[in-house]
Amino acid sequence: MLRDTAAVFTRQLRLSLRSPFWILFGLFQPVVFLAFYGPLMTRALADLPARQAWQLFVPGVLVQLSLFGSVFVGFAVIAEWRAGVVERMRVTPVSRLALLLGRVLRDVLVVLVQAALLLAVAVPFGLRAGVGGILLALAFVGLMALSLTALSYGLGLALRSEDAMAPVLNTALMPLLLLSGVFLPMTLAPAWLRDLSLANPFRYVVEAIRSAFAGDLGSTAVLRGGAVLVLLAVLCVGYGARTFRQQS
Amino acid sequence: MAVVEARGLACTYRVGRRGQPVHAVRGIDLDIGSGEIVGFLGPNGAGKTSTLRMLTTLLRPTAGTARVAGTDLLGDPAAVRRRIGYVPQGGSTDGGCTVEEELRFQAAAYRMDRVRTRTRIEAVCEQLDLLDLTHRRAGSLSGGQRRRLDIALGLLHEPAVLFLDEPTTGLDPHSRANLWDHIRRLRAESGTAVLLCTHYLDEADALADRILVMSEGRLIAEDTAENLKTRIAGDIVTLELDDAESAVPLLKALPLVREAAALGQETLRLTVNHGGQGLAEVVAALAGRTIHSLQLVPATLEEAFLALTNQDA
Repeated sequence: MLRDTAAVFTRQLRLSLRSPFWILFGLFQPVVFLAFYGPLMTRALADLPARQAWQLFVPGVLVQLSLFGSVFVGFAVIAEWRAGVVERMRVTPVSRLALLLGRVLRDVLVVLVQAALLLAVAVPFGLRAGVGGILLALAFVGLMALSLTALSYGLGLALRSEDAMAPVLNTALMPLLLLSGVFLPMTLAPAWLRDLSLANPFRYVVEAIRSAFAGDLGSTAVLRGGAVLVLLAVLCVGYGARTFRQQS
Repeated sequence: MAVVEARGLACTYRVGRRGQPVHAVRGIDLDIGSGEIVGFLGPNGAGKTSTLRMLTTLLRPTAGTARVAGTDLLGDPAAVRRRIGYVPQGGSTDGGCTVEEELRFQAAAYRMDRVRTRTRIEAVCEQLDLLDLTHRRAGSLSGGQRRRLDIALGLLHEPAVLFLDEPTTGLDPHSRANLWDHIRRLRAESGTAVLLCTHYLDEADALADRILVMSEGRLIAEDTAENLKTRIAGDIVTLELDDAESAVPLLKALPLVREAAALGQETLRLTVNHGGQGLAEVVAALAGRTIHSLQLVPATLEEAFLALTNQDA
């Protein structure tokens, strides 16, 4: 299983590195967000000290990066399926879970590299966080990418049509993003909106990273965020693996 | 020894939750001997692809049993996968990967060790004329080259049986002829059995030892191309002679003549078995009469196929 995963991972990574521009393109949006929206937001939260404002804002951008860097990978597997690559692999003895995990781990690596670059850019803007907080944040980002890419591959193989995939993703993304407290902390929201946001798993991730940046590595927020992500990862990988296994 | 032995293999599915059941394959018996090339024919929707997908573990049969490469298809699909090769219709490679990368991945998927990986890649590249192309990206290959890569991938692990799904669709005549040579050499050199799914009857005629014809989910014929042609189509003889009509009863009585009809005062059309022999018989029977012209058109597999599948339509 490990050897199979490594083989799939190497193949996919090599394909990604063949067009490294796309990895940089993925960074463009969050960096623009950091540069053009960050100063605005930190000003809006003027009653907080500037340092704290960036600690509130950057976790949101990280989650956004992870969300957008992950959910569209399913389009790639539709293209692979159409080229006959998925069928060919499924007739070999290669582990079906490895077919998913090799791809997912490549994506996790790409998102982690993007997140590390983003954090490096955020420091000169005013982000202050300890090494432990940064590492924990990257772990959360990685787990989130793992879950969402597995889900996206599963959806891609189940739908097998870009035309069906695009509206599904767009419909899901907007509310997930707005209700995650990416832009402003959900504590500022009216009660009904706040209650609604409790159903959004990424809200807990944003809160966990905020808490980690504040230096509170063992806080309830961190534990809760971790638990939510582990549960999500198990569900999504289970679903994704099932679609690669299915005989249809 | 049979490499594929299917009994009552069937696949039924429903379109939508309350849809009518669709019987894609209605219980077929199918055998392929080792080293045999079997042509698999049938109109679109006949159930060929479903059959192929069942035998390659991609689709679970809803009834029946099969042994593929010595292993129970339903009981141990993983073992079946180790011993079969599959070349899907319409390609199987990523345009961004080089020929060598694709072959190396395939070797890893079959868990080959380093030495076997190297020797097998060399062997299939040699066998399929890919040696000069190993560093080219699959996306930059010509249609014929890319198809040869697909086949090389299917053969890398020396499978007991190779499933080829429409291997020459979309290729120019040159590449087709080239690929045919490769498929023929395959049996000569490695004794791999091939199930060749195709719409090109000349392809099946040229390559297959035996032909299976499928229609509406059933196998409706199974024989050599030669026998199918004689049995179902027959060779056509056209004769021109004076007073054609009067010769009909005489010719109909001949053992090799299946049908005889006058197409006008001076023209006769006969369907005969074993063209050459039948023709000699006809000419002998007409001794004393003046034959103005004589034409023999050998039966084609196409006629046999159309005759077979039209009965069902």
